[in-house]
Order: sequence, then structure tokens, then C-alpha cells
Amino acid sequence: MSTETKAIELKEVYHLYSSGTPFEKEALKNVNISVSKGEFIGIIGHTGSGKSTLIQHFNGLLKPTSGTVLVNGQDIHSEKANKRSIRQKVGLVFQYPEHQLFEMTIFKDVAFGPKNMGLSEEEVKKRVEESLRIVGIGPDMYEKSPFELSGGQKRRVAIAGVLAMQPEVLILDEPTAGLDPRGRDEILAEIQNLHQTLGITIILVSHSMEDIARFVHRLIVMHRGTVAFDDVPKEVFLHVEELESMGLAVPQITYVMHQLKARGFDVPLDVLTLDEAVKVIRSQLGMQK
Amino acid sequence: MIRNITIGQYYPAKSYIHELDPRVKIIGTFVYIISLFLVSNFIGYGVVLLFLWVLIHQSKVPFSFIVRGLKSIIVILLFTVGLNVFLTPGEHVIYEWSFIHITGEGLYTALFMGTRLILLIMGSSLLTLTTSPIQLTDGIENLLNPFKKIGLPAHEIAMMMTIALRFIPILLEETDKIMKAQIARGADFESGGFIKRAKSLIPILIPLFISAFRRADDLALAMEARCYRGGDNRTKLKQLTIEKQDYVAIGVMILFILALMFLRVI
Repeated sequence: MSTETKAIELKEVYHLYSSGTPFEKEALKNVNISVSKGEFIGIIGHTGSGKSTLIQHFNGLLKPTSGTVLVNGQDIHSEKANKRSIRQKVGLVFQYPEHQLFEMTIFKDVAFGPKNMGLSEEEVKKRVEESLRIVGIGPDMYEKSPFELSGGQKRRVAIAGVLAMQPEVLILDEPTAGLDPRGRDEILAEIQNLHQTLGITIILVSHSMEDIARFVHRLIVMHRGTVAFDDVPKEVFLHVEELESMGLAVPQITYVMHQLKARGFDVPLDVLTLDEAVKVIRSQLGMQK
Repeated sequence: MIRNITIGQYYPAKSYIHELDPRVKIIGTFVYIISLFLVSNFIGYGVVLLFLWVLIHQSKVPFSFIVRGLKSIIVILLFTVGLNVFLTPGEHVIYEWSFIHITGEGLYTALFMGTRLILLIMGSSLLTLTTSPIQLTDGIENLLNPFKKIGLPAHEIAMMMTIALRFIPILLEETDKIMKAQIARGADFESGGFIKRAKSLIPILIPLFISAFRRADDLALAMEARCYRGGDNRTKLKQLTIEKQDYVAIGVMILFILALMFLRVI
């Protein structure tokens, strides 16, 4: 047992939806996950694999049917646990977060979270400005209505709304869904920046193998409510056939590597990004000359 | 969170009641409701209860599901019973204190009205529990057809009902999602006085309305793109037909009415 307190720990978590009705569904089965402080974790899984249910357990929005959830070593469903302070520590950005915007101005909307925490006016202002700066929304936009913005901008305002609570762990559910390539790259760069400069623990739920391969240090694959893999991406993506049988794919460049290997080239199979692949192929060609 | 609303919810199962023609079920429910209002004593309610029990048993819907539908009317139920207990004048005074009189007649009427309401809700929720919304609106459209001659837009009414019913679960899910998102941002819907609680609903209602309008827009566009035009000459994927089992059901219905008449309880 390590002495370090984990940021989040799930122990033997089961979750049943609509128990006792014909719609009953076992969404999570014996899930054990522990997240250390400062990690950058990716979660992937086919639709209905239990990803969304899983992340809602991290901040206590859902209560496990059985099992325990610990945040900073504290059982969040115990009597004395303060749910609000847990939700402040574990920030959750839902899919399409722009659908939750409601205030008259961008500033007020971002201020909603910190205000709920009961902070002073000045502190709220400081936090709002800080988090809007992180997501790249300038002071000239503060008094605009959030509904005038473009899709990508709305999403960034919504993410700022969670950031303003200064969470220790940030969970993002498909933060790039429905964005154009440029908006996607910007958001991902901002998330990486948050991890590197502020040291926030990030949990990223995504469908895109490319995004996952590029950023995360650890990858959790969910399948039918259970954890199928939990390892570094390089190791996980070696299991091409198993992943495909779960309705998932590996990054396209990994397929290229597998093809090259099959045709007799001596290339490593755990290449995940384009840059790495270019290097490997270059050195191969160089050797053959 | 708010998934527990059962009124208007369909319970999928394979049963004799589920397979009946929706028109038969709708008319049957009407007859049942009217009979409830005509019954004049508790023997009548005994017959009605027996009839309802057989139906529930046949429908394979768990009894707990039907009882859950009663939860939503508990306030109305208590209100009705309360009013009847305290405000019915009568000769057999049981309890009297300043302006409060409780009479034997009052208790009797209260019990009578309460039973009537409970049987009413249980019977009518059986209709929605055993009939899918699509079948239900198909049935209503078909029953309203004769009124087209006097200018009633039967198809449009049915279409509006279908859409409204279809949107209930979507909007419930959406509300659930928005609530969770705002709770994740520290929103609090449970504490504080009335005004504070009402105010705390704003962060839910505004996004909900926006999303409802967006969905309505999308749906209108999608219908337009598929060249939807209601009304005349529109054919159906599933034609409603009266089968053998439906005749049996009609027969049972008639028997039920005859039984009530025979017992002279109507």
C-alpha cells in the first residue's frame, strides 16, 4: 500500500440503473480505479460502455449501488462528507457543456460556480478573469451574451465556468465533440496547458484515438461496464484485435505500423503519433539504402 | 433523479391486454371511467375493483408500478378527502369543536370520493402502461376521424400528441443532464426559502427552454426535409384491425356493464 493519498479511488464499484423495473441495467461492474495526483488519464469505450456513468461517480453525482468512492482519501458518500466541496475539487465538464449556459453575460455565467462557493466579490472577479484568460476569451467579450458566440467559443466559456472553481481534478467528457479541426486542436492544447502549467489532474473521455494517443499518459478502456484495460497507451494499443472486438479502433498510424511489420519491415508496433512514425520509417529507409 | 415519474409511461410486456387494439382500450377506459361516476355504493366499487384486479393481473404490469402512479395525485387525493370530511353537513355528528364538525355523512363521502379517485387513476394509468404512445395516438386519430366532417383536424391533433409524448422523456433526460451540470458547478436546489429555491431554478429553466426550441426547430426541419404533409391520403405503416381478441374484450366490457346494472348499483 502506498502512503500517498490518491486524488480519486474507486473500490469495487457497481452501479445499477432503474433497479426493480424491466429497464434495469448494470452500468458498472466491479470497477477498481485509482487516480494519482497530477496524472493525465484518457478513458475510451464504445457507446453504452459505462464511461459517462463512471465519470459521474468521480464527483458524487451518482451514488454507487455498492462499493466506495474516495476523493483525497475521504469517502464521499459518508455522513460527514461535504458534497459541494467535493464537486469543487473534482470539476466535471459534461458533453456539450455549452448547453448549460444561462446568464445574460459571459462574465456572470463563469461567475456562477465561484459564487456558489460563497467567495468574496473580488475573489470571484479574479477567478473569472483568470479562467477566461486560460481559455482565451478576452476582456472585451465579458459583457457579451454567451448566446452570441460561436460553438467553439461557447464551449470554452462553459469550460471556464468549471475552471473558475479551481478544481484539483478536471474531468472532461468528449470536450471536442462536434467542433471543427481547429476548434478541436485549440481546446486540446488548452487542456494540455492546464495539466502542464497548473498541474491539474486531467481525466479526458474521448472517442478519438488520435487525441488520446497524443496526450494521455494512461489509458482506461471501458467495455460493458468493466475496465478492460488500464495501462499506458502504447501497451493498450498493442491489443488491436481485442479493441476492435469492443467496437474500438487504434490510432491510424498504428495500423500503418502493423501493415509494415506484416510486409517484413522491422518496425516497432507501439508507435502512436505521426512524428514518431516518420522517425521510425526514416531510419528504416536509411538502413536499407 | 427524476426518472421516477410513471404517469404516461409505457411498460413493455407481452400480454393479452398489451395486444388489444388501442381503440378498444380507449373506449374501454372511457366506459370504465363513466361507470365509476355512475356507481352509487360500495358494492358497485367492489365489482369495479374485481374487474380492475383481473385486468391488472392479465396485463402482467407489476402492481407496484400502478401504485407508483398514485403518488403523483396524493396531494389532490388528500385535499379531496379533507374537504369532504370537514365540509359535508349531516345529522350524525361524530366530533365537534368550534367551527369543525365531522359527520358520519362526511366520512362516508370522503371515503367514497377517495376510492373513486384511486380507482380512476389506477384504471386510466393501466391504459398508458399497456399501450405505447404511438399506438395510443393512432387509436385517438382513428376515433376522431368521424369528426373530420365538422372540421376537426384529427390527424394534426394526433401528430401534435405524438410529438408532445415523444418529447417528454427527451426533456426529462435533458433536465436531468442540465441539473447535473449545474450541480457540478455548485448549484443548490434543495436549501433556502421559497424565493431562493424558485430563483435556483433559473439555471435549469433557461438552458432547458433553449434546448427545447432548438429541438423543435430541428424536428420541423427534419420533417420538412422528408416531405411530411399530414392529413389526406396519408397511409399508415400499421393499419389498425379489430381481431378476435378485441371482440372478446368488447364482450367482457358489456358483461361488466350488465353486472353493474344487474346489481342495481348504477
